[in-house]
Amino acid sequence: MLEIHNLHAGVAGAEILQGVDLTVRAGEVHAIMGPNGSGKSTLAQVLAGHPGFTVTAGTVRYRGQDLLALKPEERAREGVFVAFQYPIEIRGVTNAYFLRSAVNAIRKFRGEEELDPMDFLALLEEKLEAIGWDDSFVNRPVNEGFSGGEKKRNEILQMAVLEPRLAILDETDSGLDIDALKTVAHAVNRLRAPERATLIVTHYQRLLNHITPDYVHVLTDGRIVKSGGPELALALEERGYDWVKSPAAVA
Amino acid sequence: MTVPAAGVAGVSPVERYVAAHRTFAGNGAGRAPGWLRELRAGGLARFGALGFPTLREEEWRFTSVAPIAETPFVLAPVPGTRQPSPAQLAPLGPAAGHRLVFVNGRFSERLSTAADVPAGVRIESLAGAVAHHPDLVERHLGRYAGQQQGPFAALNTAFVADGAFVHVPAACELTDPVEILFVAVPGDGPEVCHPRNLIVLEHAARAVVVERYVSLADGVYWTNAVTEIFAGDGARAECYRIQQESDRAFHVATTQAVQGRDSVVRLHPLVFGAALSRHDLRVVLDGAGGSLLLNGLYLLGGRQHADHHTVIDHARPHCESHEYFTGVLDERARGVFSGRIIVRPGAQRTDSKQTNNNLLLSSEAHADSQPQLEIYADDVRCTHGSTVGPLDERALLYLRSRGIDEAEARGLLTYGFAAEVLGRVALGPLRARLDALVRARLARSGITGAP
Repeated sequence: MLEIHNLHAGVAGAEILQGVDLTVRAGEVHAIMGPNGSGKSTLAQVLAGHPGFTVTAGTVRYRGQDLLALKPEERAREGVFVAFQYPIEIRGVTNAYFLRSAVNAIRKFRGEEELDPMDFLALLEEKLEAIGWDDSFVNRPVNEGFSGGEKKRNEILQMAVLEPRLAILDETDSGLDIDALKTVAHAVNRLRAPERATLIVTHYQRLLNHITPDYVHVLTDGRIVKSGGPELALALEERGYDWVKSPAAVA
Repeated sequence: MTVPAAGVAGVSPVERYVAAHRTFAGNGAGRAPGWLRELRAGGLARFGALGFPTLREEEWRFTSVAPIAETPFVLAPVPGTRQPSPAQLAPLGPAAGHRLVFVNGRFSERLSTAADVPAGVRIESLAGAVAHHPDLVERHLGRYAGQQQGPFAALNTAFVADGAFVHVPAACELTDPVEILFVAVPGDGPEVCHPRNLIVLEHAARAVVVERYVSLADGVYWTNAVTEIFAGDGARAECYRIQQESDRAFHVATTQAVQGRDSVVRLHPLVFGAALSRHDLRVVLDGAGGSLLLNGLYLLGGRQHADHHTVIDHARPHCESHEYFTGVLDERARGVFSGRIIVRPGAQRTDSKQTNNNLLLSSEAHADSQPQLEIYADDVRCTHGSTVGPLDERALLYLRSRGIDEAEARGLLTYGFAAEVLGRVALGPLRARLDALVRARLARSGITGAP
């Protein structure tokens, strides 16, 4: 589904990703772990199409297409979803309207009929229940006045509504209490299906107690230096990141 | 060759208005009661002393009124043959309740709509009120505009003749809104009118007032309006002011409000029109426990220039004021906001919040934002913030990353920026009408995709 090859990217002359290689197949859940400043979020932002990052080398193929050639909205319509680490507040636009616009943009692209407000509300009700929210959040401006945890939940609500083929969670777990963490995990697990894939970018192992990944990768200094199964996350939790950086670990 | 700075034929702009006043006073206006003639004479004297402001004055440094001073405006005559037909007003929408219509500043009974009102309520023209109950008008007129009025308010006072008079007696609630509609019908040459509105809510009275300024034709004219609002103890006033003058018009306005104890005043100045507009708004919270909302919007394009100078005077303790002014500026438009908040000694427990956000839709649009806090009490909470800039790129990316294309995302964000102001409009039917105005203005800027 996603093939990243020798990806180099950065901002204003500083190269942050220095040759990332990663393959995610349909049905898989991958976790990318790494210390602060390793390039985890840069990878998520580049995949989302953030114009602030420049790709200097390498390729990213998504379902056979050149992902980097697509605009952010085209990526979304093709089924890529990034849950952002720092969701933006949007004044004057309600969550419900924003979500319906997004759903309809994607439906239109797929040649499906757009949902009217009533149909959409029915869809939304069901998804809201899944994340333990009532209507009050959907009639408020997007993320405005939301707490950090509420913003993260809102990202997960969007993910649940848009049902992406490839979901990328950029440190969605940071700053969440245990209940919110379980909500996130539940939403991700519900989306697990043979035709979908998930990429979880995280600093900590704790989310992975609730979502068992198929693969765990360690990103340091802009490169994946180690890959393994779920046991790798536990080892990182116990021993920190330093041991994977040491030459002995590579050897 | 030298060009006389004094203007046309050596007559200075101020002299022109003094001469016009002589004609005005001898022209039927001389029949006015003595107190009114004195009020006018005082206004003229003050205008004469102040003259037209220049960029050198602190309060005027962002707005040149030279185009107004240099245009030889004549006092708009009583409309006569230029009276519009009711059909011409139809596009403005039906009257929601009471509607007072003024054509070039003069009351038109034929175009106005009266509805039943509780006993003692007066909704009429100021000219009519002066004729029928001069004592009531005398008690209030000119009391809130203050002695230290600015030059334009003084000029308005010099020519005070007509406008709306709304008087709601104690404990009386007006259920329907009162619409005050000023219709400009431009003549062959540039004309000026000086509408004067007086809104008095006695103790615990309630009313909703909608002032609206529109034009039936594109022309050069000048509206120089003054509105005085008095909200007695426990009164509640919701006042909208929708300025939709012609693109070539000049609009200068002064709003002066005085609030009593535990009163609630909500003012919504919304600006869409005029080439050059200036609104001076001063509210005195003159009783403990008063609450004020100032909810402003200016949506401009072309070379429009709109200047708002607001003063919120916290004279008593335990009052709150929330001030929001939002500007959306396209092409070469310019918005000016100056917001002064004064907290007088003894006005403890004042809670004041001021926000001025400006969205620039073009690289040539410009906004000036100037907060000024003067705090002379120590137990207060005052915050202010202002922003000027284009759409937030991060917000754009956020919407696009959910599948919304760039043009639609821009439309959504721009609309949302302006719509935040409409969210504070309590009157449902008016909110819908304003929403349509916002959309129409954004559509002119090529912005679609609003919800």
